[in-house]
Amino acid sequence: MEVKQCGWPVVSGEQKMELYLESDSQNESFARVVVAAFMARLDPTLEETDDVKTAVSEAVTNAIIHGYADKKGIVRICGRIAGSTLFVEVEDWGCGIPDIAKAMEPMYSGMGQERSGMGFCFMEAFMDELTVISEPEKGTTVRMIKNIRRESGKEQVDCAWTASGN
Amino acid sequence: MEQVTYVVSGRSLIVQLPYEVDDHTCKGVREETEEYIREKKINRMIFDFSKTGFMDSAGIGVLLSRYRRMKELGGDVLLSGEDPKVRRLLRISGIYQIMESI
Repeated sequence: MEVKQCGWPVVSGEQKMELYLESDSQNESFARVVVAAFMARLDPTLEETDDVKTAVSEAVTNAIIHGYADKKGIVRICGRIAGSTLFVEVEDWGCGIPDIAKAMEPMYSGMGQERSGMGFCFMEAFMDELTVISEPEKGTTVRMIKNIRRESGKEQVDCAWTASGN
Repeated sequence: MEQVTYVVSGRSLIVQLPYEVDDHTCKGVREETEEYIREKKINRMIFDFSKTGFMDSAGIGVLLSRYRRMKELGGDVLLSGEDPKVRRLLRISGIYQIMESI
């Protein structure tokens, strides 16, 4: 069986993994531990591993609580390593996001007062690249890239509401 | 099974967070703290991160929700025992602009 492509062009010599999970909140920790173990071969710093674990946790949690709204569904996680770059894709076939720009605004939460609305901002802060593809009633794909052991030259993202004018 | 545990001291509630603070482990915190607020007239919550080694935005959601609740009651929320990675998340989220670490 061939591992499905993760949406990025194929690079020769790359390594891949693919994981399908049920949308159960207990699988959030499982997913981030799997991705952390997969990226270990790049010899990341502890901070880099923590960054990826947080970003994966945000994406998988979004798939479970927003995509499937606590109904049963499948979350697919695909990891690829090419050189010193880690690619992670988290896909669901849930309700999709009608307005991606709005969903990605800091402090926006579709779920009311109990959620921080910082999920996408954390993904942006802790990864080098973030792409969100979504279609209502079809599902959502989150693609993230992290360069390991390389200066990203990225400025620190600020997720605070004061910075967003709220 | 890692869970949130609670200690009441006067009108303060110490919320001891588990090793992993995420959507799964935070599920019951709102209801559970509401019960303490009702029964013990809690007006201060101290979130104890001394066991916490992982946190995502679900933890931030809990802090913000409980902060708003305590403010409604004229109380406050304090933080304690954060390790450097938890500190970093709290800083990025702007939490330290409204909550103090003791």
